[in-house]
Amino acid sequence: MRRLIGALAVGVVAALVGTTAAKADTLADIKKKGTLVVGVKADYPPWGMRDSSGNIVGMEPEMAADVAKRLGVKLELVAVVSSNRMQFLQQGKIDLMIATMSDTPERRKAVGIIDPVYYASGVAILANKKANIKGVGDLKGKPVCALQGAFYNNDLQAKYTGTDLVAFKGIPEAEQALLDGRCVGFVYDDVVLVWKKAQDKKWEGFDVVALPEWKPVPWGLAVKIEDVNSPWGKFMAETTKDWLKSGKLLELEKKWVGSNTKWLIDASAAAKK
Amino acid sequence: MEGLWDFLRSLHDAYGINLVQFYDSFERGRLLRGMWTTLELAALCVVLSVLIGIVGAWLQGSRFRVLKAVVQGYIQFFRNTPPLVQMYFFYFALGPQMPRVENEFGIAQPILGSFAWAVISLSFFAGAFNIEIFRSGVEAVQKSTVEAADSLGFSRWQIYRLVVLPLAIRVCLPALNNNLVNLIKTTTQAYAIAVPETLYVASQIWSDRINVFEMMVTLLTFYLLIVGIFVWFMTRVERALRVPGFGQ
Repeated sequence: MRRLIGALAVGVVAALVGTTAAKADTLADIKKKGTLVVGVKADYPPWGMRDSSGNIVGMEPEMAADVAKRLGVKLELVAVVSSNRMQFLQQGKIDLMIATMSDTPERRKAVGIIDPVYYASGVAILANKKANIKGVGDLKGKPVCALQGAFYNNDLQAKYTGTDLVAFKGIPEAEQALLDGRCVGFVYDDVVLVWKKAQDKKWEGFDVVALPEWKPVPWGLAVKIEDVNSPWGKFMAETTKDWLKSGKLLELEKKWVGSNTKWLIDASAAAKK
Repeated sequence: MEGLWDFLRSLHDAYGINLVQFYDSFERGRLLRGMWTTLELAALCVVLSVLIGIVGAWLQGSRFRVLKAVVQGYIQFFRNTPPLVQMYFFYFALGPQMPRVENEFGIAQPILGSFAWAVISLSFFAGAFNIEIFRSGVEAVQKSTVEAADSLGFSRWQIYRLVVLPLAIRVCLPALNNNLVNLIKTTTQAYAIAVPETLYVASQIWSDRINVFEMMVTLLTFYLLIVGIFVWFMTRVERALRVPGFGQ
Protein backbone atom coordinates (compact mmCIF):
# COMPACT_ATOMS: atom_id res chain seq x y z
CA MET A 1 0.00 0.00 0.00
CA ARG A 2 2.69 2.41 1.05
CA ARG A 3 4.58 1.62 -2.08
CA LEU A 4 1.48 2.30 -4.13
CA ILE A 5 1.00 5.69 -2.49
CA GLY A 6 4.65 6.44 -3.05
CA ALA A 7 4.38 5.52 -6.70
CA LEU A 8 1.28 7.68 -7.04
CA ALA A 9 3.03 10.61 -5.37
CA VAL A 10 5.98 10.29 -7.72
CA GLY A 11 3.56 10.14 -10.63
CA VAL A 12 1.72 13.24 -9.50
CA VAL A 13 4.94 15.16 -8.95
CA ALA A 14 6.21 14.05 -12.34
CA ALA A 15 2.97 15.14 -13.96
CA LEU A 16 3.13 18.50 -12.22
CA VAL A 17 6.74 19.04 -13.22
CA GLY A 18 5.84 17.96 -16.71
CA THR A 19 3.03 20.49 -17.05
CA THR A 20 5.00 23.31 -15.47
CA ALA A 21 7.79 22.60 -17.89
CA ALA A 22 5.32 22.70 -20.77
CA LYS A 23 3.74 25.89 -19.43
CA ALA A 24 6.95 27.73 -19.09
CA ASP A 25 7.84 26.86 -22.63
CA THR A 26 4.98 28.41 -24.59
CA LEU A 27 7.37 30.98 -26.04
CA ALA A 28 9.87 28.27 -27.00
CA ASP A 29 7.02 26.14 -28.37
CA ILE A 30 5.83 28.92 -30.64
CA LYS A 31 9.35 29.44 -31.95
CA LYS A 32 9.80 25.69 -32.42
CA LYS A 33 6.60 25.19 -34.43
CA GLY A 34 7.35 28.36 -36.38
CA THR A 35 3.75 29.61 -36.21
CA LEU A 36 1.97 32.00 -33.89
CA VAL A 37 -1.78 31.39 -33.63
CA VAL A 38 -3.74 34.49 -32.63
CA GLY A 39 -7.48 34.76 -31.98
CA VAL A 40 -8.95 37.99 -33.32
CA LYS A 41 -12.43 39.29 -34.08
CA ALA A 42 -13.73 39.13 -37.62
CA ASP A 43 -17.04 40.86 -36.91
CA TYR A 44 -15.98 44.05 -35.20
CA PRO A 45 -14.77 46.62 -37.73
CA PRO A 46 -12.33 48.24 -37.80
CA TRP A 47 -10.61 46.23 -35.05
CA GLY A 48 -11.14 42.93 -36.79
CA MET A 49 -13.11 42.35 -40.00
CA ARG A 50 -12.94 40.50 -43.29
CA ASP A 51 -11.82 42.22 -46.48
CA SER A 52 -13.39 41.55 -49.88
CA SER A 53 -11.30 38.42 -50.42
CA GLY A 54 -12.20 36.97 -47.03
CA ASN A 55 -8.95 37.69 -45.17
CA ILE A 56 -9.15 38.96 -41.62
CA VAL A 57 -7.82 42.52 -41.47
CA GLY A 58 -7.98 45.39 -39.02
CA MET A 59 -6.16 47.01 -36.17
CA GLU A 60 -5.87 43.90 -34.01
CA PRO A 61 -4.76 41.54 -36.83
CA GLU A 62 -2.03 44.06 -37.59
CA MET A 63 -0.95 43.99 -33.94
CA ALA A 64 -0.85 40.18 -34.19
CA ALA A 65 1.29 40.43 -37.32
CA ASP A 66 3.73 42.66 -35.43
CA VAL A 67 4.05 40.05 -32.66
CA ALA A 68 4.81 37.35 -35.25
CA LYS A 69 7.41 39.60 -36.87
CA ARG A 70 9.13 40.22 -33.55
CA LEU A 71 9.27 36.45 -32.94
CA GLY A 72 10.34 35.70 -36.48
CA VAL A 73 7.53 33.18 -37.03
CA LYS A 74 4.58 32.83 -39.37
CA LEU A 75 1.20 34.19 -38.32
CA GLU A 76 -2.05 32.28 -38.28
CA LEU A 77 -5.23 34.21 -37.48
CA VAL A 78 -8.27 32.48 -36.00
CA ALA A 79 -11.62 34.27 -35.96
CA VAL A 80 -13.14 34.26 -32.46
CA VAL A 81 -16.35 35.74 -31.08
CA SER A 82 -17.04 37.15 -27.63
CA SER A 83 -18.70 33.96 -26.42
CA ASN A 84 -15.83 31.59 -27.29
CA ARG A 85 -12.66 33.67 -27.18
CA MET A 86 -11.65 32.70 -23.64
CA GLN A 87 -12.38 29.01 -24.23
CA PHE A 88 -10.19 29.01 -27.36
CA LEU A 89 -7.33 30.28 -25.22
CA GLN A 90 -7.93 27.85 -22.36
CA GLN A 91 -8.08 24.88 -24.75
CA GLY A 92 -4.83 25.91 -26.41
CA LYS A 93 -6.42 26.50 -29.81
CA ILE A 94 -4.77 29.91 -29.85
CA ASP A 95 -1.53 31.17 -28.28
CA LEU A 96 -2.69 34.76 -27.91
CA MET A 97 -6.00 36.59 -27.92
CA ILE A 98 -6.38 40.16 -29.13
CA ALA A 99 -10.14 40.39 -29.47
CA THR A 100 -11.59 43.69 -28.16
CA MET A 101 -12.01 42.11 -24.74
CA SER A 102 -12.90 44.38 -21.82
CA ASP A 103 -10.71 43.84 -18.78
CA THR A 104 -12.79 42.69 -15.79
CA PRO A 105 -11.87 41.00 -12.49
CA GLU A 106 -13.93 37.90 -13.41
CA ARG A 107 -12.10 37.53 -16.72
CA ARG A 108 -8.75 37.92 -14.98
CA LYS A 109 -9.60 34.71 -13.10
CA ALA A 110 -10.14 32.81 -16.36
CA VAL A 111 -7.40 34.04 -18.68
CA GLY A 112 -4.08 35.82 -18.32
CA ILE A 113 -4.77 39.44 -19.16
CA ILE A 114 -1.49 41.21 -19.90
CA ASP A 115 -0.54 44.46 -18.19
CA PRO A 116 -0.42 47.13 -19.47
CA VAL A 117 -3.73 47.06 -21.33
CA TYR A 118 -3.49 48.22 -24.94
CA TYR A 119 -6.75 50.07 -25.49
CA ALA A 120 -9.90 51.40 -23.85
CA SER A 121 -13.31 52.48 -24.94
CA GLY A 122 -15.34 55.14 -23.19
CA VAL A 123 -18.83 56.45 -23.73
CA ALA A 124 -19.62 59.24 -26.17
CA ILE A 125 -22.56 60.75 -27.96
CA LEU A 126 -22.78 61.16 -31.71
CA ALA A 127 -24.75 64.40 -31.56
CA ASN A 128 -26.58 66.42 -34.16
CA LYS A 129 -24.62 69.68 -34.54
CA LYS A 130 -27.86 71.66 -34.61
CA ALA A 131 -28.71 70.50 -31.10
CA ASN A 132 -25.47 72.06 -29.85
CA ILE A 133 -24.59 69.36 -27.32
CA LYS A 134 -21.35 69.91 -25.39
CA GLY A 135 -21.81 67.34 -22.64
CA VAL A 136 -24.35 65.47 -20.54
CA GLY A 137 -25.52 68.77 -19.05
CA ASP A 138 -27.12 69.63 -22.40
CA LEU A 139 -29.24 66.49 -22.56
CA LYS A 140 -31.92 67.43 -20.04
CA GLY A 141 -35.41 66.72 -21.36
CA LYS A 142 -34.13 65.76 -24.81
CA PRO A 143 -34.74 62.54 -26.74
CA VAL A 144 -31.51 60.53 -26.83
CA CYS A 145 -31.05 57.38 -28.91
CA ALA A 146 -29.35 54.40 -27.30
CA LEU A 147 -29.04 50.63 -27.42
CA GLN A 148 -31.32 48.53 -25.24
CA GLY A 149 -29.35 46.95 -22.43
CA ALA A 150 -26.28 49.23 -22.47
CA PHE A 151 -24.76 49.61 -18.99
CA TYR A 152 -25.01 53.41 -18.91
CA ASN A 153 -28.69 53.70 -19.93
CA ASN A 154 -30.02 53.77 -16.38
CA ASP A 155 -27.61 56.49 -15.23
CA LEU A 156 -28.16 58.49 -18.38
CA GLN A 157 -31.90 58.62 -17.87
CA ALA A 158 -31.95 58.94 -14.08
CA LYS A 159 -29.28 61.64 -13.79
CA TYR A 160 -29.20 63.50 -17.08
CA THR A 161 -32.05 63.25 -19.60
CA GLY A 162 -34.90 62.79 -17.15
CA THR A 163 -37.09 61.45 -19.98
CA ASP A 164 -37.34 58.01 -21.52
CA LEU A 165 -34.48 57.12 -23.86
CA VAL A 166 -35.20 56.23 -27.47
CA ALA A 167 -33.53 52.83 -27.20
CA PHE A 168 -33.46 50.21 -29.96
CA LYS A 169 -32.38 46.59 -30.28
CA GLY A 170 -29.64 47.17 -32.82
CA ILE A 171 -27.16 49.83 -33.93
CA PRO A 172 -28.68 50.29 -37.44
CA GLU A 173 -32.10 51.22 -36.01
CA ALA A 174 -30.58 53.70 -33.57
CA GLU A 175 -28.49 55.26 -36.37
CA GLN A 176 -31.52 55.54 -38.64
CA ALA A 177 -33.56 57.21 -35.92
CA LEU A 178 -30.70 59.67 -35.35
CA LEU A 179 -30.46 60.46 -39.08
CA ASP A 180 -34.23 60.88 -39.24
CA GLY A 181 -34.07 63.54 -36.54
CA ARG A 182 -35.91 61.50 -33.94
CA CYS A 183 -33.25 62.13 -31.29
CA VAL A 184 -30.53 64.69 -30.64
CA GLY A 185 -27.76 62.09 -30.45
CA PHE A 186 -26.81 58.43 -30.15
CA VAL A 187 -24.94 57.34 -27.03
CA TYR A 188 -22.52 54.45 -27.60
CA ASP A 189 -18.86 53.32 -27.32
CA ASP A 190 -16.71 56.32 -28.24
CA VAL A 191 -14.23 54.39 -30.38
CA VAL A 192 -16.98 52.95 -32.56
CA LEU A 193 -18.59 56.37 -32.99
CA VAL A 194 -15.25 57.99 -33.89
CA TRP A 195 -14.73 55.31 -36.51
CA LYS A 196 -18.24 55.63 -37.90
CA LYS A 197 -17.93 59.38 -38.21
CA ALA A 198 -14.56 59.17 -39.98
CA GLN A 199 -15.76 56.47 -42.30
CA ASP A 200 -19.09 57.75 -43.59
CA LYS A 201 -20.01 61.12 -45.07
CA LYS A 202 -23.58 60.89 -43.81
CA TRP A 203 -22.33 61.90 -40.35
CA GLU A 204 -21.03 65.29 -41.50
CA GLY A 205 -23.70 67.16 -39.58
CA PHE A 206 -22.83 65.28 -36.38
CA ASP A 207 -20.10 65.53 -33.74
CA VAL A 208 -18.66 62.90 -31.43
CA VAL A 209 -18.80 64.41 -27.95
CA ALA A 210 -17.01 62.47 -25.20
CA LEU A 211 -19.00 61.78 -22.04
CA PRO A 212 -16.30 61.44 -19.34
CA GLU A 213 -19.01 60.80 -16.72
CA TRP A 214 -18.49 57.13 -17.56
CA LYS A 215 -14.91 55.88 -17.06
CA PRO A 216 -13.24 54.23 -20.06
CA VAL A 217 -13.28 50.43 -19.94
CA PRO A 218 -9.83 49.01 -20.74
CA TRP A 219 -9.33 46.27 -23.34
CA GLY A 220 -6.76 43.63 -22.53
CA LEU A 221 -4.97 41.11 -24.71
CA ALA A 222 -4.60 37.73 -23.10
CA VAL A 223 -2.57 34.56 -22.89
CA LYS A 224 -3.39 31.36 -20.96
CA ILE A 225 -3.74 32.08 -17.27
CA GLU A 226 -0.69 29.97 -16.38
CA ASP A 227 1.38 31.89 -18.96
CA VAL A 228 0.99 35.34 -17.41
CA ASN A 229 4.31 35.20 -15.59
CA SER A 230 6.08 32.88 -18.02
CA PRO A 231 8.55 34.18 -20.64
CA TRP A 232 5.61 34.29 -23.09
CA GLY A 233 3.50 36.54 -20.84
CA LYS A 234 6.50 38.73 -20.09
CA PHE A 235 7.30 38.97 -23.78
CA MET A 236 3.74 40.19 -24.49
CA ALA A 237 3.88 42.70 -21.62
CA GLU A 238 7.16 44.09 -23.04
CA THR A 239 5.69 44.17 -26.54
CA THR A 240 2.60 46.08 -25.36
CA LYS A 241 4.79 48.55 -23.47
CA ASP A 242 6.86 49.07 -26.58
CA TRP A 243 3.71 49.55 -28.72
CA LEU A 244 2.59 52.31 -26.39
CA LYS A 245 6.04 53.89 -26.05
CA SER A 246 6.91 53.85 -29.74
CA GLY A 247 3.54 55.21 -30.79
CA LYS A 248 2.82 52.04 -32.80
CA LEU A 249 -0.71 51.79 -31.40
CA LEU A 250 -1.41 55.46 -32.12
CA GLU A 251 -0.25 54.89 -35.68
CA LEU A 252 -2.45 51.78 -36.07
CA GLU A 253 -5.44 53.54 -34.53
CA LYS A 254 -4.97 56.47 -36.88
CA LYS A 255 -4.79 54.08 -39.83
CA TRP A 256 -7.80 51.93 -38.95
CA VAL A 257 -10.09 54.02 -36.76
CA GLY A 258 -9.41 57.36 -38.44
CA SER A 259 -8.28 59.45 -35.49
CA ASN A 260 -6.80 59.00 -32.03
CA THR A 261 -8.79 58.62 -28.84
CA LYS A 262 -7.90 60.54 -25.71
CA TRP A 263 -7.25 57.38 -23.70
CA LEU A 264 -4.61 56.08 -26.13
CA ILE A 265 -2.90 59.48 -26.45
CA ASP A 266 -2.67 59.70 -22.65
CA ALA A 267 -1.56 56.06 -22.22
CA SER A 268 1.15 56.47 -24.87
CA ALA A 269 2.41 59.68 -23.27
CA ALA A 270 2.49 57.97 -19.85
CA ALA A 271 4.46 55.02 -21.27
CA LYS A 272 7.16 57.35 -22.61
CA LYS A 273 7.94 58.70 -19.14
CA MET B 1 -46.89 53.68 1.21
CA GLU B 2 -43.30 54.06 2.46
CA GLY B 3 -43.91 51.07 4.71
CA LEU B 4 -44.79 48.90 1.73
CA TRP B 5 -41.68 49.97 -0.17
CA ASP B 6 -39.53 49.23 2.88
CA PHE B 7 -41.13 45.81 3.16
CA LEU B 8 -40.38 45.07 -0.52
CA ARG B 9 -36.83 46.30 -0.01
CA SER B 10 -36.43 43.95 2.92
CA LEU B 11 -37.62 41.06 0.72
CA HIS B 12 -34.62 41.72 -1.50
CA ASP B 13 -32.17 41.76 1.40
CA ALA B 14 -33.66 38.74 3.14
CA TYR B 15 -34.76 36.44 0.28
CA GLY B 16 -33.18 37.87 -2.86
CA ILE B 17 -36.60 38.69 -4.32
CA ASN B 18 -35.74 41.87 -6.19
CA LEU B 19 -38.87 43.98 -6.68
CA VAL B 20 -36.83 47.10 -7.37
CA GLN B 21 -39.41 48.17 -9.97
CA PHE B 22 -41.77 48.99 -7.08
CA TYR B 23 -39.65 50.19 -4.18
CA ASP B 24 -37.21 52.37 -6.12
CA SER B 25 -38.96 55.64 -6.96
CA PHE B 26 -37.14 56.12 -10.29
CA GLU B 27 -37.94 52.60 -11.54
CA ARG B 28 -41.49 52.80 -10.20
CA GLY B 29 -42.01 56.13 -11.94
CA ARG B 30 -40.97 54.88 -15.33
CA LEU B 31 -42.79 51.57 -14.98
CA LEU B 32 -46.04 53.40 -14.13
CA ARG B 33 -45.51 55.78 -17.04
CA GLY B 34 -44.94 52.75 -19.25
CA MET B 35 -48.15 51.12 -18.06
CA TRP B 36 -50.03 54.35 -18.68
CA THR B 37 -48.59 54.50 -22.20
CA THR B 38 -49.79 50.92 -22.79
CA LEU B 39 -53.30 51.86 -21.63
CA GLU B 40 -53.36 54.95 -23.85
CA LEU B 41 -52.06 52.98 -26.82
CA ALA B 42 -54.57 50.17 -26.27
CA ALA B 43 -57.55 52.50 -25.78
CA LEU B 44 -56.77 54.59 -28.88
CA CYS B 45 -56.19 51.52 -31.04
CA VAL B 46 -59.35 49.75 -29.86
CA VAL B 47 -61.53 52.79 -30.65
CA LEU B 48 -59.88 53.56 -33.99
CA SER B 49 -59.85 49.94 -35.17
CA VAL B 50 -63.57 49.52 -34.36
CA LEU B 51 -64.34 52.71 -36.29
CA ILE B 52 -62.29 51.44 -39.23
CA GLY B 53 -64.20 48.15 -39.02
CA ILE B 54 -67.63 49.81 -39.02
CA VAL B 55 -66.86 52.22 -41.87
CA GLY B 56 -64.98 49.57 -43.85
CA ALA B 57 -67.81 47.04 -43.63
CA TRP B 58 -70.24 49.72 -44.84
CA LEU B 59 -67.96 50.64 -47.77
CA GLN B 60 -67.73 46.96 -48.67
CA GLY B 61 -71.44 46.98 -49.37
CA SER B 62 -71.03 49.97 -51.67
CA ARG B 63 -72.26 49.98 -55.24
CA PHE B 64 -68.99 51.53 -56.49
CA ARG B 65 -66.56 48.88 -57.66
CA VAL B 66 -63.49 51.09 -57.14
CA LEU B 67 -64.38 51.78 -53.52
CA LYS B 68 -64.90 48.08 -52.88
CA ALA B 69 -61.55 47.31 -54.49
CA VAL B 70 -59.80 49.89 -52.32
CA VAL B 71 -61.27 48.37 -49.14
CA GLN B 72 -60.33 44.90 -50.35
CA GLY B 73 -56.79 46.05 -51.10
CA TYR B 74 -56.48 47.62 -47.66
CA ILE B 75 -57.68 44.42 -45.97
CA GLN B 76 -55.28 42.24 -47.94
CA PHE B 77 -52.33 44.54 -47.26
CA PHE B 78 -52.82 44.82 -43.53
CA ARG B 79 -54.08 41.34 -42.84
CA ASN B 80 -51.35 39.59 -44.79
CA THR B 81 -48.31 41.33 -43.34
CA PRO B 82 -46.98 40.87 -39.79
CA PRO B 83 -47.75 43.79 -37.45
CA LEU B 84 -44.11 44.08 -36.39
CA VAL B 85 -43.00 44.41 -40.00
CA GLN B 86 -45.71 47.03 -40.59
CA MET B 87 -44.51 48.99 -37.61
CA TYR B 88 -40.89 48.94 -38.81
CA PHE B 89 -42.06 49.86 -42.29
CA PHE B 90 -44.11 52.81 -41.09
CA TYR B 91 -41.54 54.13 -38.67
CA PHE B 92 -38.32 53.61 -40.63
CA ALA B 93 -39.45 53.59 -44.28
CA LEU B 94 -42.56 55.75 -44.49
CA GLY B 95 -41.89 58.00 -41.49
CA PRO B 96 -38.79 59.76 -42.84
CA GLN B 97 -40.65 60.54 -46.11
CA MET B 98 -43.18 62.63 -44.21
CA PRO B 99 -42.81 66.42 -44.06
CA ARG B 100 -40.46 67.59 -41.33
CA VAL B 101 -40.87 70.30 -38.78
CA GLU B 102 -38.11 71.86 -36.74
CA ASN B 103 -38.43 70.81 -33.12
CA GLU B 104 -37.42 72.78 -30.04
CA PHE B 105 -33.87 71.39 -30.25
CA GLY B 106 -33.32 72.83 -33.74
CA ILE B 107 -33.58 69.49 -35.53
CA ALA B 108 -35.90 68.82 -38.46
CA GLN B 109 -38.03 65.95 -37.23
CA PRO B 110 -40.63 63.95 -39.20
CA ILE B 111 -44.11 65.05 -38.12
CA LEU B 112 -45.22 61.70 -36.74
CA GLY B 113 -43.33 60.16 -33.83
CA SER B 114 -43.07 56.57 -32.69
CA PHE B 115 -46.26 56.66 -30.59
CA ALA B 116 -48.31 58.04 -33.51
CA TRP B 117 -46.94 55.40 -35.86
CA ALA B 118 -47.67 52.65 -33.37
CA VAL B 119 -51.29 53.86 -33.09
CA ILE B 120 -51.65 54.06 -36.87
CA SER B 121 -50.07 50.71 -37.59
CA LEU B 122 -51.89 48.80 -34.84
CA SER B 123 -55.27 50.40 -35.59
CA PHE B 124 -54.99 49.66 -39.30
CA PHE B 125 -53.85 46.12 -38.59
CA ALA B 126 -56.69 45.31 -36.23
CA GLY B 127 -59.06 47.42 -38.37
CA ALA B 128 -58.53 45.12 -41.35
CA PHE B 129 -59.67 42.15 -39.27
CA ASN B 130 -62.53 44.17 -37.81
CA ILE B 131 -63.91 44.92 -41.29
CA GLU B 132 -64.13 41.21 -42.00
CA ILE B 133 -65.64 40.59 -38.58
CA PHE B 134 -68.30 43.25 -39.09
CA ARG B 135 -68.95 41.91 -42.59
CA SER B 136 -69.72 38.52 -41.10
CA GLY B 137 -72.26 40.27 -38.86
CA VAL B 138 -73.72 42.34 -41.69
CA GLU B 139 -74.15 39.26 -43.86
CA ALA B 140 -75.95 37.47 -41.04
CA VAL B 141 -78.72 40.07 -41.03
CA GLN B 142 -81.79 38.79 -42.84
CA LYS B 143 -82.25 40.22 -46.32
CA SER B 144 -85.97 40.65 -45.63
CA THR B 145 -85.16 42.98 -42.71
CA VAL B 146 -83.09 45.19 -45.01
CA GLU B 147 -85.80 45.13 -47.65
CA ALA B 148 -88.42 46.11 -45.06
CA ALA B 149 -86.31 49.11 -44.00
CA ASP B 150 -85.76 50.00 -47.66
CA SER B 151 -89.49 49.96 -48.36
CA LEU B 152 -90.02 52.30 -45.39
CA GLY B 153 -87.87 54.85 -47.23
CA PHE B 154 -84.62 54.62 -45.22
CA SER B 155 -81.44 55.72 -47.03
CA ARG B 156 -78.57 53.28 -47.46
CA TRP B 157 -76.55 54.85 -44.61
CA GLN B 158 -79.67 54.97 -42.39
CA ILE B 159 -80.37 51.29 -43.02
CA TYR B 160 -76.77 50.47 -42.12
CA ARG B 161 -76.67 52.67 -39.03
CA LEU B 162 -80.15 52.03 -37.61
CA VAL B 163 -81.02 48.51 -38.70
CA VAL B 164 -78.12 46.42 -39.97
CA LEU B 165 -75.31 47.51 -37.65
CA PRO B 166 -77.18 47.12 -34.34
CA LEU B 167 -78.08 43.56 -35.32
CA ALA B 168 -74.68 42.84 -36.86
CA ILE B 169 -72.80 43.95 -33.74
CA ARG B 170 -74.67 41.40 -31.67
CA VAL B 171 -73.69 38.62 -34.04
CA CYS B 172 -70.04 39.57 -34.32
CA LEU B 173 -69.27 40.62 -30.73
CA PRO B 174 -67.56 37.35 -29.72
CA ALA B 175 -65.26 37.48 -32.75
CA LEU B 176 -64.69 41.21 -32.23
CA ASN B 177 -63.71 40.67 -28.59
CA ASN B 178 -61.20 38.08 -29.68
CA ASN B 179 -59.59 40.45 -32.10
CA LEU B 180 -59.52 43.36 -29.65
CA VAL B 181 -57.91 41.19 -26.97
CA ASN B 182 -55.27 40.28 -29.53
CA LEU B 183 -54.83 43.95 -30.35
CA ILE B 184 -54.20 44.89 -26.73
CA LYS B 185 -51.53 42.21 -26.49
CA THR B 186 -49.96 43.29 -29.78
CA THR B 187 -49.31 46.79 -28.37
CA THR B 188 -46.15 45.25 -26.85
CA GLN B 189 -44.63 45.26 -30.34
CA ALA B 190 -44.40 49.05 -30.18
CA TYR B 191 -41.32 48.17 -28.11
CA ALA B 192 -39.43 47.72 -31.39
CA ILE B 193 -39.80 51.37 -32.40
CA ALA B 194 -38.93 52.67 -28.93
CA VAL B 195 -42.42 53.57 -27.70
CA PRO B 196 -41.86 53.62 -23.93
CA GLU B 197 -44.71 51.22 -23.17
CA THR B 198 -44.71 48.53 -20.47
CA LEU B 199 -42.55 45.89 -22.18
CA TYR B 200 -40.02 48.53 -23.30
CA VAL B 201 -39.63 49.96 -19.81
CA ALA B 202 -39.57 46.48 -18.26
CA SER B 203 -36.71 45.40 -20.51
CA GLN B 204 -34.76 48.53 -19.54
CA ILE B 205 -35.30 47.70 -15.89
CA TRP B 206 -34.39 44.04 -16.13
CA SER B 207 -31.21 44.72 -18.07
CA ASP B 208 -30.11 47.36 -15.55
CA ARG B 209 -31.17 45.54 -12.41
CA ILE B 210 -30.77 41.93 -13.54
CA ASN B 211 -34.10 40.97 -11.94
CA VAL B 212 -35.34 39.16 -15.03
CA PHE B 213 -37.55 36.66 -13.20
CA GLU B 214 -39.35 39.27 -11.09
CA MET B 215 -39.91 41.53 -14.11
CA MET B 216 -41.34 38.66 -16.17
CA VAL B 217 -43.83 37.87 -13.42
CA THR B 218 -44.74 41.56 -13.11
CA LEU B 219 -45.24 41.88 -16.86
CA LEU B 220 -47.38 38.78 -17.14
CA THR B 221 -49.53 39.83 -14.20
CA PHE B 222 -50.02 43.30 -15.66
CA TYR B 223 -51.24 42.02 -19.03
CA LEU B 224 -53.35 39.35 -17.43
CA LEU B 225 -54.99 42.09 -15.38
CA ILE B 226 -55.68 44.63 -18.11
CA VAL B 227 -56.88 42.05 -20.63
CA GLY B 228 -58.99 40.46 -17.86
CA ILE B 229 -60.67 43.78 -17.10
CA PHE B 230 -61.28 44.39 -20.78
CA VAL B 231 -62.82 40.94 -21.30
CA TRP B 232 -65.03 41.39 -18.23
CA PHE B 233 -66.22 44.74 -19.60
CA MET B 234 -66.93 43.34 -23.06
CA THR B 235 -68.86 40.41 -21.59
CA ARG B 236 -71.04 42.96 -19.77
CA VAL B 237 -71.60 44.78 -23.08
CA GLU B 238 -72.45 41.50 -24.78
CA ARG B 239 -74.98 40.68 -22.09
CA ALA B 240 -76.51 44.16 -22.13
CA LEU B 241 -76.97 44.05 -25.90
CA ARG B 242 -78.54 40.60 -25.92
CA VAL B 243 -81.84 40.43 -27.81
CA PRO B 244 -83.79 37.38 -26.62
CA GLY B 245 -84.18 34.91 -29.42
CA PHE B 246 -81.67 36.61 -31.72
CA GLY B 247 -78.36 35.08 -32.60
CA GLN B 248 -78.58 32.49 -29.85
